[in-house]
Amino acid sequence: MRQYLEGSQAVAQIVRLCKAQVISAYPITPQTHIVEALAQMVADGELNAEFINVESEHSAASVVQGASATGVRTYTATTSQGLLYMIEVLYSIAGLRLPVVLTCANRAVSSPINIWNDHQDSVTARDAGWLQFYAENNQEACDLHLMAYRLAEDHNIMLPVMVCMDGYILTHAYEVVDLPEQSQVDKFLPDFKPVHCLNPDEPISMGVLMGPESYTETRYAIHQTMMDALNVIPGIADDFERVFGRKVNCLIEKYRLEDATQVFVAMGSMVGTIKEVIDGLREDGQKVGLLKVIAHRPFPKKIVYEALKNAREIAVLEKAISLGQEGPLLSDVKSVFCGHGNQPKISGFVLGLGGRDITKKSILDVHSALAGSQVDVKFIDLKI
Amino acid sequence: MKEIRIHARAGQGAITTALLLGTAAFIGGKYALAFPHFGAERMGAPMNAFVRLSDQVIRLRSQVYEPDYLIVLDPSLMRGFDVFEGFRPGGVAIINHHEKVQCPKPIQNIKVFTVPGNDIATEVLGRPIGNTTILGAFAAATNEFGLESLQQAILERFSGEVAKKNAEAARRGYEYIKKGV
Repeated sequence: MRQYLEGSQAVAQIVRLCKAQVISAYPITPQTHIVEALAQMVADGELNAEFINVESEHSAASVVQGASATGVRTYTATTSQGLLYMIEVLYSIAGLRLPVVLTCANRAVSSPINIWNDHQDSVTARDAGWLQFYAENNQEACDLHLMAYRLAEDHNIMLPVMVCMDGYILTHAYEVVDLPEQSQVDKFLPDFKPVHCLNPDEPISMGVLMGPESYTETRYAIHQTMMDALNVIPGIADDFERVFGRKVNCLIEKYRLEDATQVFVAMGSMVGTIKEVIDGLREDGQKVGLLKVIAHRPFPKKIVYEALKNAREIAVLEKAISLGQEGPLLSDVKSVFCGHGNQPKISGFVLGLGGRDITKKSILDVHSALAGSQVDVKFIDLKI
Repeated sequence: MKEIRIHARAGQGAITTALLLGTAAFIGGKYALAFPHFGAERMGAPMNAFVRLSDQVIRLRSQVYEPDYLIVLDPSLMRGFDVFEGFRPGGVAIINHHEKVQCPKPIQNIKVFTVPGNDIATEVLGRPIGNTTILGAFAAATNEFGLESLQQAILERFSGEVAKKNAEAARRGYEYIKKGV
């Protein structure tokens, strides 16, 4: 049913509909509204789950790790310093192949302390072995959470999934969201059936020491699964469309790309603003388009290459930077052309850090700069 | 697409005002995007909330710099602060008027409605919280949604006597513009 509600409330409703059984989180803005809403649902008896209060994000991640290992569906949410505080457990959850779902309400990282949005937090957790999706709007955030549980618990995947939604810009925005019925969610997302689980009647060990003779194979297995996920995702997206009656993009989305010679590449909520700018530029006869990257990990290299191969100039816009190198998404986009001839000009633009507003003018500034010489890192809206 | 900027002080309900405005438009069949801009998080600090209304899905996520409509919940913000910055020609401003603050002189191509929202609210609600009255005035002055949609949004957001009284406060604001009472 179409409803008008806050992004955080919408996500909490989806987690309720997904019947998460153990939820643990530590409050941190701008994530707090999500778990507050879930705590209320548990207290009101609307959600039959155990909500475990903890003293830190490290403990929250540890709780969902342990709970997931017993074979129940789990959920946590965090952001910024909280995500960084979780990070060793995040690696561990992936290594244990536990299908935890986490919402990252994207926020900048200290210092200086800043509570506003950028992508540095989740990008920093990029290599932890979690599938990582970025939402453009709250409908997509909801749909990606449904996909997240289904994918995470698929026996061909069994990896945790992080759904990234821009702090404040999405979490605190009220907009129209079509929330599914319980019967639809039940049809799409069957009960979680663990491959292995902790059970006192049939004791097993998890997370044991693995030496040089076998550790490499565990990393190989996760990497192979990530690659496999690229093939599994489209089929599950088809299932999604069958059940919910609307399409869900989970890897990429193309916008006015067919004949585009200049292409923007971006993730998250700034994509909406870029689409607006593209429509304006198209009216002026400019052949511009957009490639929205939804799956940052696994990175859909082949699909990205196919989408971009006819572009002459590519602008990668991102809310994060690998300091001392370039934006991490830029490196990924560059990598898809490795081994192919006739590479386009690929430039990197960093913007929207720490909540600095991304306006239509910001995007037009990128577009203007794109015609110039190639740049790896150009800060947009920089005040110096 | 119409863009709205709300000026208030933190704690005066700008976010609820934006939410109610967006909900009323949604009930009236439109798409709406309402979002706050959090500044320094302390009571009384000047802050903005924004709303966009459209017949189509709203994609633009930036703050509102060139509003079609302005809502000023706290007129003291007009002291030394240009709430009209970027205001579009033909725009409509609703100002929660207070006699101790001088309202701006009429500006060319801009309609300014001053409404004693807090006085009306004091009468109806018993508290000087003029937000719903101002929203009633907004509905009347802009025709972006009907009074019924706004009252329904209020009844969804609040409950019991508070809901009823705020729906009445909205009607009073609406009538103030329509009939000048």
